[in-house]
Amino acid sequence: MAVTIDDVKHVARLARLGVTEERAGELVAELNGILGHMAALEKVDVEGVMAADGVGALGMPLRVDSGAPYPLRHPLDAFAPATRDGFILVPRLASHEDASEETE
Amino acid sequence: MSTMVSAPAGWEMVVGLEVHVQLRTRTKAFCNCSTEYGAAPNVNTCPVCLALPGALPVLNAHAVELATRAALALGCTVNPMSVFARKNYFYPDLPKGYQISQFDKPLAEHGRLKIGTNAEGTGITVGITRVHMEEDAGKSVHDRYAGATAIDLNRAGVPLIEIVSEPDMRSAEAAGAYLRTLKLILQYVGISDCDMEKGSLRVDANVSARRAGEVKLGTKTEVKNLNSFSNVERALALEFARQTELLERGGRVEQQTMLFDQARGVVRPSRTKEGSHDYRYFPEPDLPPLVLDAGFIERMQTSLPELPEARRSRFAGDYALGEYDVDVLTSSAELADYFEGVARQSGDAKAAANWTINGVLTALNASGDDIDAFRVRPADLAALITLVRDGVVGHSAAKQVFAEMVRTGDRPEQVAQREGLVRVDDDAALRGWIDEVLAEHPAEAQRYLAGEKKLQGVLVGFVMKKSKGSADAKKVNQLLASRAQG
Amino acid sequence: MSERRAARPPETSARGIAERVRDGDITAERAAREAFVRGDDARVGPDGLNALLWTDREATLDAARGHATESDFVDRGDLAGVPIAVKDNIATLTLPTSCGSRILEGYVSPFEATAVTRLRNAGATIVGKTNMDEFAMGSSTENSAFGPARNPRDRSRVPGGSSGGSAAVVAAGMVPIALGSETGGSVRQPAAFCGIVGVKPTYGRVSRYGLVAFASSLDQIGVFGATVDDAAIGLQTIAGRDVMDATSADVPVERYVEASGASLAGLVIGRPKEYFPDFLDARIREKCDRAFDAFRKLGAEVRDVSLPHTDLAIPVYYIVAPAEASSNLARFDGVRYGLRVPADGLAATYEATRSRGFGKEVTRRILLGTYVLSAGYYDAYYKKAQQVRTLIADDFREVFASGVHLLFTPTTPSPAFPLGAKADPYEMYMSDIFTATANLAGVPAMSQPIGAVDGLPIGGQLIAPHFDEARMFGAAYALEAALGAEALR
Repeated sequence: MAVTIDDVKHVARLARLGVTEERAGELVAELNGILGHMAALEKVDVEGVMAADGVGALGMPLRVDSGAPYPLRHPLDAFAPATRDGFILVPRLASHEDASEETE
Repeated sequence: MSTMVSAPAGWEMVVGLEVHVQLRTRTKAFCNCSTEYGAAPNVNTCPVCLALPGALPVLNAHAVELATRAALALGCTVNPMSVFARKNYFYPDLPKGYQISQFDKPLAEHGRLKIGTNAEGTGITVGITRVHMEEDAGKSVHDRYAGATAIDLNRAGVPLIEIVSEPDMRSAEAAGAYLRTLKLILQYVGISDCDMEKGSLRVDANVSARRAGEVKLGTKTEVKNLNSFSNVERALALEFARQTELLERGGRVEQQTMLFDQARGVVRPSRTKEGSHDYRYFPEPDLPPLVLDAGFIERMQTSLPELPEARRSRFAGDYALGEYDVDVLTSSAELADYFEGVARQSGDAKAAANWTINGVLTALNASGDDIDAFRVRPADLAALITLVRDGVVGHSAAKQVFAEMVRTGDRPEQVAQREGLVRVDDDAALRGWIDEVLAEHPAEAQRYLAGEKKLQGVLVGFVMKKSKGSADAKKVNQLLASRAQG
Repeated sequence: MSERRAARPPETSARGIAERVRDGDITAERAAREAFVRGDDARVGPDGLNALLWTDREATLDAARGHATESDFVDRGDLAGVPIAVKDNIATLTLPTSCGSRILEGYVSPFEATAVTRLRNAGATIVGKTNMDEFAMGSSTENSAFGPARNPRDRSRVPGGSSGGSAAVVAAGMVPIALGSETGGSVRQPAAFCGIVGVKPTYGRVSRYGLVAFASSLDQIGVFGATVDDAAIGLQTIAGRDVMDATSADVPVERYVEASGASLAGLVIGRPKEYFPDFLDARIREKCDRAFDAFRKLGAEVRDVSLPHTDLAIPVYYIVAPAEASSNLARFDGVRYGLRVPADGLAATYEATRSRGFGKEVTRRILLGTYVLSAGYYDAYYKKAQQVRTLIADDFREVFASGVHLLFTPTTPSPAFPLGAKADPYEMYMSDIFTATANLAGVPAMSQPIGAVDGLPIGGQLIAPHFDEARMFGAAYALEAALGAEALR
């Protein structure tokens, strides 16, 4: 299951990471180098072994549906890059549909 | 709703629905922020729902209760252990870059919903594949500022359930019936207000077409942007027509997302490419598995109110009500409760039904109020019915009493006394009104006394009006008649 | 350099400072001022060790003054006036929390980590934020966007990582306690490299609320101490259930300082053979043998045991951790906080922000993690790794169920290496071979000095069953006392 340059570009796109052509080429080698070491896992028999999903199998502690909101000690506009009238602003998207097109 | 769209004959529509419902909690799914609708932008946000570095989710217990009750009301088996997962994608109103949802181990599975009865009298049921919990995203406003999209995260993290049906519906009307039935149940159980305008109920439809008699399913498309039940039906009809025309011409349906364009009355392909989604689901490591013991599930089951279907058959049986009355009275749990209160306390189900439908609903429609805020409580309406039955208040006076009760919230006895609407059958008082009426309308009086019998009704009307409806109409007739003969 | 530690006066220990403050000998403000002086002497700043990234002396001294007046309780706390440094990925209200990354440069958190709140409530003064590998991804602190930190024992060498800055400020004598974070050994390995004590508690022992997530199922805040006692005081202060973290455990917390002086008679200490491979530096093996001898003399039994899946820890770790990281780091998108690099349109802004904001190693791990989670690879990589992780955890469960109370191993396969020595990513990843297992299994572990090779400190690691930190501290106290000055030779 060697990683190809198309794989690198695909995951870079999924992760919204701009990767240059040159760096993508290097990453093919780097990721294959790392994943090569993962081949050790292929030989392990895990038939019937539960995945270690969900740390602490005792179940999840829940919160009651009440109480004060968690405070922000500095207001949103103290840390958000762009705000206006309480909104957070991002570069314009024409619509939701265009947005998903642009960001997928 | 009927549509103007027609599809070629010989094809069968296959529909499955995905319904998102906002749970009626005070706080969000994973933080203490308010779920209140309509607040100023980003007022209901905190480190958790802004996805600030280092913040962590903690699940709302009430959201679990509501989701479990919804699942049980839909006949699902609730899994003793379910797992939250991350659905990863980038969007500016998705603060964490992933949505916390449930994936391969959902809250509940294998339910069913009866949506009606077919011509042979057997029930039509739709399978419920699964009910799972997840969080809502925020809101993106595209048209407010030039060159910028505005993000409001008040809704981010609001708890939802997604109810996924089997592809069991065979017509747009069946889809509509499913949605109406589902909404009624969710409202009965108090899961959600199911207000599509506020986005607390949202529908996506999967639709495909196949030759009649064919067993294999055709390629489906997903239709989105459906903002009312009637638009769901309309969009399904349009999409089905599009698919069947395509298939008739020998074309192939492409698996894709379609958008319903209400303004233009068409469905059109979304520009989002299918297959470009790779959500990289994996178990949410910030949340241990949700473990629900049998006792909890049992408590949720027993806390369920009577569901609409059961209530309908009970109303038809116990109260001997007609189908129309049953449908109207069970259209909301609150209304049904109200009617039952009146029926029990007055001991007259028929009168209770009439008053609830013609009096209460009419008044509510006029005022736009909720029944919870209605000033005439069931005990008061039952008392009024009793007054009418006992002859203390006449039928027409009762309507005035009721109107006054709606206005003031006072007890019917008080209103009848105060407004002089208690039935008067005292001969002296009635004769007095008759004398006044004859004096005020000398021409009619003369003709009547001369034998023009048909004027009796007009004169009785004048008397009733003068007495504000309190006069005993039967006695007025008798007295007038004896006057004519005399 | 080791003379400095040997010569460290007891009054600069956490216990010593708190006693002086509680007795009224010095004020908290004075204790903070003295810490800054010690830090200046050791050149912990950017021109020296580059261990301390963010400080605000005036605000810190003000806060310390405020402490003295605002609350008698704080004044009498276990950590009254004790200066503590905090890793840059743990949220503090006044100092920046940048995770050693350009993408969060200048970001000041509007909420505080639970662990920090607990330290302050016990009287501590937070004196600064420490350098780290960007988003805790690294084993040398060379991956910091703000330049590498250096090892106070030998400035040409790395202090270890990712919590290298915290280890360095403690080793340099500035503070007796510092908070770090662990995902695969990021406290224990730098503690070993710098010749101090570093504890990774049981997963769930310390709230992660306010710890910027790297790999949520592995992350845990850890404590550095100049001595076992410092680490014990620090950990017992921050440990315990927190309603803000659903993975925080509701298990009672002992006072670990009371483990001091505990008898080791009857204690069974396992020597897992997989942690003593042929390639292990013979001098490190020798230091471990000396520690085993010390344990025997203290009445413990040393038993050879096996944890057969140990060699799979690094492959598992480097699938699970990047996978979770790829998701955890999605929130750094330039929308709500941190760096935003404007570009033409939203997608371009995302890419410009994230490619400019993240360094090379972070980018590499996000891509690796995205890859192993993506359609078609999930089962082969992520799911398989999580299954093997279960086998690794079962190894520990079985060995502890067999009557073994604790395990003792070397912390690292080698002492601190020179800056720039490990260019190949996987070679760097191998620094974690003896530590990542405890994170994968969720068990507590700690490193303490057990000797030196060519003047470079060597760490020995104790590993305990879940939530048995008290017994682990008992053995650590005893070993520290038994080795005495030997621990530095």
